[in-house]
Amino acid sequence: MSLGRRLVRVASPLAALGVWQLLTSLDVNLWLRFEQFPTVVEVASALADRIGTEAYWQDLGHSLRRIALGFLLAAVLGVAAGTAVARSRWAADVLGPLVEVVRPIPAIALVPVAILLLPTNEQGIVFITCAAALFPVLVSTRHAVRALDPAWEEAVLTLGGGRARVLFSVVLPGSLPGIFGGLSVGIGVAWICVISAEMISGEYGVGYRTWQDYTVVDYPGVFVGMATIGVLGRLTSTAVEALGRRVTAWLPRPAERGTDVPSRAPGSPADAAPTRTAVVVPVPEKEPVP
Amino acid sequence: MSAAVSPPTAAPPTGAELALHGARLGHPDGAAVSGPVALRIAPGELLTVVGPSGCGKTTLLRTLAGLLPPLEGRVTQDGEPVRRPGADRALVFQHDALLPWRSVRANVELPLAIRRVPRAVRRATAEEWLERVGLAGHAHKLPGRLSGGQRQRVQLARALAGRPRAVLMDEPFGALDATTRAGMQDLLVEILRGTGATVVFVTHDVDEALHLGDRVALFASGEVLDVPHPRARDARHLPATEALRRHVLDSL
Repeated sequence: MSLGRRLVRVASPLAALGVWQLLTSLDVNLWLRFEQFPTVVEVASALADRIGTEAYWQDLGHSLRRIALGFLLAAVLGVAAGTAVARSRWAADVLGPLVEVVRPIPAIALVPVAILLLPTNEQGIVFITCAAALFPVLVSTRHAVRALDPAWEEAVLTLGGGRARVLFSVVLPGSLPGIFGGLSVGIGVAWICVISAEMISGEYGVGYRTWQDYTVVDYPGVFVGMATIGVLGRLTSTAVEALGRRVTAWLPRPAERGTDVPSRAPGSPADAAPTRTAVVVPVPEKEPVP
Repeated sequence: MSAAVSPPTAAPPTGAELALHGARLGHPDGAAVSGPVALRIAPGELLTVVGPSGCGKTTLLRTLAGLLPPLEGRVTQDGEPVRRPGADRALVFQHDALLPWRSVRANVELPLAIRRVPRAVRRATAEEWLERVGLAGHAHKLPGRLSGGQRQRVQLARALAGRPRAVLMDEPFGALDATTRAGMQDLLVEILRGTGATVVFVTHDVDEALHLGDRVALFASGEVLDVPHPRARDARHLPATEALRRHVLDSL
């Protein structure tokens, strides 16, 4: 990335923080009212205080554990169900209608279901997180599996491969790009739902703490919670994206295709090296014709 | 149907005999293809099938491979009905069907991995085949890094590494330029030597069919003709070859 672009990327959030600080420290009231709104400095000092406490890290750990469990469950179930629906008519008939009916229900609306079904609140939160991330993963997997090049499967079949071989050597690796599309969406939705669920029924956790701060009118504390959620979300989705790029390194590069490939991370070593070796070791492409 | 000619390249009689008996070919939910009804491909022979693009030659290969059941009639290998695809009949695709996430070597190792050949043997065999197709230095590359001609060579290596008894080739050189194509034909002849495999080679290029085949099958009529000088480049302009070319061109 060029220096100019880096500068813009740093300057844009800084400018937003500056505007926020100005509006709140001057107590601007132009229809939007900033008198009660905490200033950036207040939020920053609240954050500095919280980071030193054990409670902050405990909350963070609780939220992270919930999302990790819920998201991993959703990933496994979503990939399995999506593949089954795409590959088997029987699974499509049994699961397809069910999925389409349950999918539009917001995961957070499943709180009563979670309370009725599961013994503990903790499990309820994981359940809701999982339900939220499940459908993006399932639907993306289904599409990716259906879009596979049939020649890949036929090639493996005519080399003697059976169903299991096709599944593990063609279907799963071939649909990884689509699966990771679903996982990227899923991790975002999972954060929204884990925080919401914590606000409703949690003990500990970033969402729970944020809501607590709100009920005791600790507005800087609320913003500390929001900032924490933002940073955690960013980190986890970056991790998912990075893993996705790693396992789909075989996709054509932007230079060869369009620009829609999510593989333009600066400094990704896989990007340039193989092309260079291809140039260094020229091999005669054409055999001489007798 | 004319008698099979045993090709000079096939030493051991390991090739499969493939045959269509009263077969009507086509997709289950589509129209039938007006292809050959009865056909016998002798063990170890190289049969080329010519016909215009889109006439259903691919359907014939997919049926022989066992990927597609015939609408009527039977398909047999050594007299036994073909019911499903298997390692005996490898298919080489027109557009490369290499798995793009596997390295060139891992692609060539695939038929051996499927057969649970030990890793060391697998690797050695793959290296050997890559050497034979002139890609020894490319084993670690992903298929996306290779040219079209190189990818087709990897496909050849992958198809042959599993020691299939028949190789079904669907216009494998159709997308290549003329020079590369001639080189690939020579390479194919070279690497088939000693495998003994029966080959069915589908093409719309009459010259390619006349050069490579022991016999040429005309797709639409099902007529099978002996090639006077198989795989001899300098026999192109001999009268017998010219006569056959005219006959084939007239019938297309």
